[in-house]
Amino acid sequence: MTQDDLTIADPKMKAHGVNVFYGEKQAINDVSIDVGTDLVTAFIGPSGCGKSTFLRSLNRMNDTVASAKVTGQIELDGEDIYAPSMDVVQLRARVGMVFQKPNPFPKSIYDNVGYGPRIHGLAPNKADLDVIVERALVRAGLWDEVKDRLAESGTALSGGQQQRLCIARAIAVDPEVILMDEPCSALDPIATAKIEELIHELRGKYAIVIVTHNMQQAARVSQRTAFFHLGTLVEYGKTTDIFTNPKQERTKDYITGRYG
Amino acid sequence: MALTNDHTVKAFDEDLNRLRGLISEMGGRAEQALLQAMTSLSKGDLDLAAQVVRDDKKIDALEAEVEQLAVQTIALRAPMADDLREMIAALKIVSVVERIGDYAKNIAKRVALMDQTRSIEAIPLLMSMSSIVAELIHDALDSFAARDAELAVRVTVRDKNVDDFYNSIFRTLVTFMMENPKYITESAHLLFVAKNLERMGDHATNIAEMVYYVVTGEHMEERERGETPEDSASAGQEQG
Repeated sequence: MTQDDLTIADPKMKAHGVNVFYGEKQAINDVSIDVGTDLVTAFIGPSGCGKSTFLRSLNRMNDTVASAKVTGQIELDGEDIYAPSMDVVQLRARVGMVFQKPNPFPKSIYDNVGYGPRIHGLAPNKADLDVIVERALVRAGLWDEVKDRLAESGTALSGGQQQRLCIARAIAVDPEVILMDEPCSALDPIATAKIEELIHELRGKYAIVIVTHNMQQAARVSQRTAFFHLGTLVEYGKTTDIFTNPKQERTKDYITGRYG
Repeated sequence: MALTNDHTVKAFDEDLNRLRGLISEMGGRAEQALLQAMTSLSKGDLDLAAQVVRDDKKIDALEAEVEQLAVQTIALRAPMADDLREMIAALKIVSVVERIGDYAKNIAKRVALMDQTRSIEAIPLLMSMSSIVAELIHDALDSFAARDAELAVRVTVRDKNVDDFYNSIFRTLVTFMMENPKYITESAHLLFVAKNLERMGDHATNIAEMVYYVVTGEHMEERERGETPEDSASAGQEQG
């Protein structure tokens, strides 16, 4: 009864028949999934299931791994992101990423956020850049905490603040998609709650995909959940259905803690 | 449906097993309360009736214990999917079983209020009705213990027999009262006994519906219900 209305009306990204290989080893096997702006999508699954690998294929992060090879089709607004004509730097500005460990540049808070817009030519002058930096920090829920010390180093912030700084940095270049790879695994519960609240705020403005080991987090922040196992997409559905009534035995075993 | 394999966290399985054990025990006690209440009614055994009333406290205590354990398990283990459905069903099932216990107690309390029931012809009918109800309660709780959706469906189907009995006893008692006005008090009590039994059958059906949801994740299709005299009354065609 719920499987019919799973289509994403206006998908931002469409992946179809995606395979990822690391040398001989196939890490992702024929995965197809759509990602939209109105719904947060969570990828869950045990370690080594391929969820992060798949996430990284969405903005060609896997290009940095020499042995990695991606086949199949991944589109951003109908454009093949693996086409030779695709500008990868531009792609990664449109499809931003937040990592497991906060990784601010060893620069000031201001420069951390302002760097991207500046190199992408989004801010012709200082006044424009000020506006962009402030707006990104406001959206990331960090402005009030840092507005009086923008010149201080980004690395001097707490872990949770650093992660929100990284989200502000991703937002500053006006992306369309934000990929989050375990964004809260290094944070305490309060900092985690702030990031989750932020994800909630950002929903609708950006297509958000989050990889998480924490199933409660997937349940809290997402509207769609995809369960990966051994490189395949086992089940994709509404988050409420996946956590109350999964259709696949493997999904059930994983989310109820019977896996392994 | 096969029993699922164990959780990685063994203590979770221990909690679940304890919960299932408590619910089984509670169901067994409710079933026994019903049978003892009916025996005390047919034999006029006031001691047995008093025991049913006393034992109901144990059913209430078990309900409180299950509630506490379920809430604790939800808080500490964050159950998901079928485990979560089972917790929610457990909470609802115990409140239904507690009601069944109350109905049995209510029947037992009426025993002292009538001293000449044995000559009333509806009694054997009530005894037969109660053994069907006891079976339904028993099977509904068995279906929970065994995760058996098919057995649960059969319980809901068989509840129609209880409704048929109720209709038949209702007519019998009304006729009996018209012919034997001096038994009106006893007969009125027996009408309530019949109504209590009918409600217990409905509660067994509720349990079966919850079991079906636990096992399948889907809600059972609305079944056709037997018509009771109250239904006819609301349709304005009350008979005899």
